Amino acid sequence: MIDHPRDRARTNPEPTLEEARLRQQALGSKLRQMFNDVVNEPVPDEFLDILRKADRSKAGE
Amino acid sequence: MAVIREADRSAEADRRFQRDLVQLIPHLRAFARTLCGDAAAADDLAQDAMLKAWDARQSFQMGTNMKAWTFMILRNQFYSEKRRSWRQSQLDQEAAERTLIAVDDPSAPVELDELRQALAVLPDEQREALILVGAGGFAYEEAAAICGCAVGTVKSRVSRARRAVQAILEAGGFARDGKPAADAMRSILADADRMSGAR
Repeated sequence: MIDHPRDRARTNPEPTLEEARLRQQALGSKLRQMFNDVVNEPVPDEFLDILRKADRSKAGE
Repeated sequence: MAVIREADRSAEADRRFQRDLVQLIPHLRAFARTLCGDAAAADDLAQDAMLKAWDARQSFQMGTNMKAWTFMILRNQFYSEKRRSWRQSQLDQEAAERTLIAVDDPSAPVELDELRQALAVLPDEQREALILVGAGGFAYEEAAAICGCAVGTVKSRVSRARRAVQAILEAGGFARDGKPAADAMRSILADADRMSGAR
């Protein structure tokens, strides 16, 4: 049997608590994966260069 | 010997601040990417926010949440710039497509692609709330401080955003070429918002 979520939604608009919890978990893990993909990218050198320059200009004050 | 000169103490504080700030750069880049979509614009935003945080280091209270503090700076920067030049409306048809610029990698998992497209059609305040709580690991209270709104408001935005994204993902039907059925998504979004609003 193929489960059609859209059909089920029509007959029973409120998913069970367990179902809602699982869906929320799945979404959460996808969101974290999307975010962490960027977190785990190497930081471009530009960032540290800019910070170093800002630090030096302060020291020169 | 017990007397530490004021200048030394401040130099030491600066060093510590800088070390902590450097560790936050990857997170600032990730948050910026979710706000701007476009990766180059996001890095510009993250760099501006990093510099602003550095310039404002005297006003940072040591021991408080530096990640939340820098995210707040980045967010403020985004909205002040956005008013000038960036996309004006989240229902802008191009918004979803522009977000895809960040997803040029053809080997990127399709489901993340779909998630990005679903996020792109959310109202800004719902998207950022969901990102902060769902991906950034912030508590509702911290997300509320970052967004400058009440905790209850964040909770309701996160819950609306979850429903909308789940409805969009379930409906599926996104083209891999980055041309989402924008009208269909908007109607799903309106439905999800109406449903959660009615509760």
